[in-house]
Amino acid sequence: MSFPWANVYKPSHPFMQWMDEKLPLPRLVYNSLGAGYPVPRNLNYFWNFGVLAGVCLMIQILTGVILAMHYSVNADSAFASTEHIMRDVNWGWMLRYAHANGASAFFVVVYIHIFRGFFYGSYKAPREMIWLLGVTIFLLMMATAFMGYVLPWGQMSFWGTQVITGLFSAIPLVGDALHQWLLGGFAPDNAALNRFFSLHFLLPFVILGVVILHVWSLHIPGSSNPTGVDVKTESDTVPFHPYYTAKDGFGLGVFLLFYCGLLFFAPNALGHPDNYIPANPLQTPAHIVPEWYFWPYYAILRAFTQNILFIPAKLMGVLAMFSSILIWFFLPWLDRSPVRSGHFRPTFRKFYWVLLVDVAVLGWCGGAPAEEPYVMISQVAAIYYFLHFLVILPVVSSIERPDPLPFSITEAVLGKDDAAALGAAA
Amino acid sequence: MVRIIAFLAGLFFAGALLYTVLLGAYSFITEPPAPTAEKWVHARFPEKELHLASDGPFGTFDNTQQLQRGFQVYTEVCSNCHSLKYVAFRDLKALGYNDDEVKAIAAKYKVPAFDPNTGEVKSNTGVAADHFPPVVYGGQGNPPDLSLITKARHGGAIYVHSLLTGFQPQPAELLKQFPEATTPTGLYFNPYFANLNIAMPPPLTADGQVSYKDGTVATKDQMAQDVSAFLVWTAEPKLGKRHQTGWAVELFLLFATVLGYMAYQNVWRDKKH
Repeated sequence: MSFPWANVYKPSHPFMQWMDEKLPLPRLVYNSLGAGYPVPRNLNYFWNFGVLAGVCLMIQILTGVILAMHYSVNADSAFASTEHIMRDVNWGWMLRYAHANGASAFFVVVYIHIFRGFFYGSYKAPREMIWLLGVTIFLLMMATAFMGYVLPWGQMSFWGTQVITGLFSAIPLVGDALHQWLLGGFAPDNAALNRFFSLHFLLPFVILGVVILHVWSLHIPGSSNPTGVDVKTESDTVPFHPYYTAKDGFGLGVFLLFYCGLLFFAPNALGHPDNYIPANPLQTPAHIVPEWYFWPYYAILRAFTQNILFIPAKLMGVLAMFSSILIWFFLPWLDRSPVRSGHFRPTFRKFYWVLLVDVAVLGWCGGAPAEEPYVMISQVAAIYYFLHFLVILPVVSSIERPDPLPFSITEAVLGKDDAAALGAAA
Repeated sequence: MVRIIAFLAGLFFAGALLYTVLLGAYSFITEPPAPTAEKWVHARFPEKELHLASDGPFGTFDNTQQLQRGFQVYTEVCSNCHSLKYVAFRDLKALGYNDDEVKAIAAKYKVPAFDPNTGEVKSNTGVAADHFPPVVYGGQGNPPDLSLITKARHGGAIYVHSLLTGFQPQPAELLKQFPEATTPTGLYFNPYFANLNIAMPPPLTADGQVSYKDGTVATKDQMAQDVSAFLVWTAEPKLGKRHQTGWAVELFLLFATVLGYMAYQNVWRDKKH
């Protein structure tokens, strides 16, 4: 769907006319990323991060495919082949650092994208499907990133695999059998490394597929905007090209400045030194920690240190960790306030900032060693995390009195004085 | 219905955690975690300062004289127990050695090989293309390969330098507070080592242990600094090129981003937003 005032694709060159008849691919691009897609005129810089996430996926696929040409998928040679890439492959060091830090950059961008969605109610009707597909992408990203971290076969790769696949052994009755089936053995080894490589190569293309669905479903209602008010007239929108292509171009430049700063000047800052030690099944690292983007969930996993009734602590932790993301799927139905944007929801807005701090605290605890006081802090933070989504949001959305909304996007941008001009346009 | 189930699930998780945190807080108050000898020592021995040419965003390996001295320390001291298997002899050209010197260095090593006719294990004289061979070590402990050591430890070169110069008798105060922390026989006290007792005997025992060809006085600290600088190079020989490339990339991106900003302002000039 598009708005009735959307520009229509009219190819002038005979070749493009011929192409449009046979395969209207240029028309598709024109209607989805070109002048044929009307977008609210008031998007702020937080709306840059969808495009940036797409760029990150492209960077990861491009660098990853080249890295795979030089990498050796074998528990005996994986670590050495990574060093071969770093030392002997032309520009191999740059590809590997671009890929490793690209994963971090991808998560930074996607976290901002998700928290943008939390604040502006981007998950609400009519955009539920965009949100559901987005959460699916995020879960696929997590699986892909985890399996990618295993591939250099360093100490954290090995012991991370041990811990994460070990989570499945917490499932009653079938847990141990499932754990061995996932690993292809009793401990991480060549079988696990090979299947993780295979899946790590496959999943980005699955992500790409779901991204296409995500963008497709976005184009049905069109982009949301900071006021959360629906698009009403042509004056509320501008064509995506050139307005947002120009803005995204600038945003991309800023993003690349940060990303390349990390890549070239602190490429190991976000990694763990232990992963430069080859995997050794006989030597457990002092602290096993995942990559930073998993720390909040890792803190929730470790927060459960007591058996609850008949449920073992480990199973509770696993349930809570998976639930902490799966509850996002229910967000469109948990938050039933008809007002989308946090700008007009004074009570919601306070809890939103508490959640943001809470997740940061969880992340900090997840990266810290599993000892006091970090465990107690992570327990308190985890309590708030679950209460926020499952209790506070539904309650706040039914008792809150939202601030008055602007009549339209145009009014929000130009002010009430232009109401007359607006009436003429409508 | 979704909200009722969510409400119950939320209360369940929150209740379970509340129970857990209360139990944890109770035991934290009744039995506070005991101080450990490791924490006591690590708090009193911050890592020593070390400045190398490879530090910072402009860091390079143009301190080839120091790197060559570090290589000499590695060869004469460390290599008795520690291998350097990810480094090839040909890589040493980056330290300022010419082709003949590299060949001569390689020729001093025996590299494991197979006899192509019989399949039996034998050893060849090293050539420039070979990597540093494995080191057979018969003693106690498990000396790690040093190629990546400065990337594989928190603190990197600073840690290596502190550790090498950190061997000392145990502080009397430590033994008074933690009598069980006495270093076991066969191990050596080193406050910079994670668990305080390292299996490696002090490698740099006396000033002048190595006689530097460039005339630098080989104090223990100098040797430790030089070998730390060398091990930064072995861990990432492309570090200098990385910084250099990074500056070119950042300058280009800055230029492109400024142009991008101007284009953005230009496109939007008559649209209030």
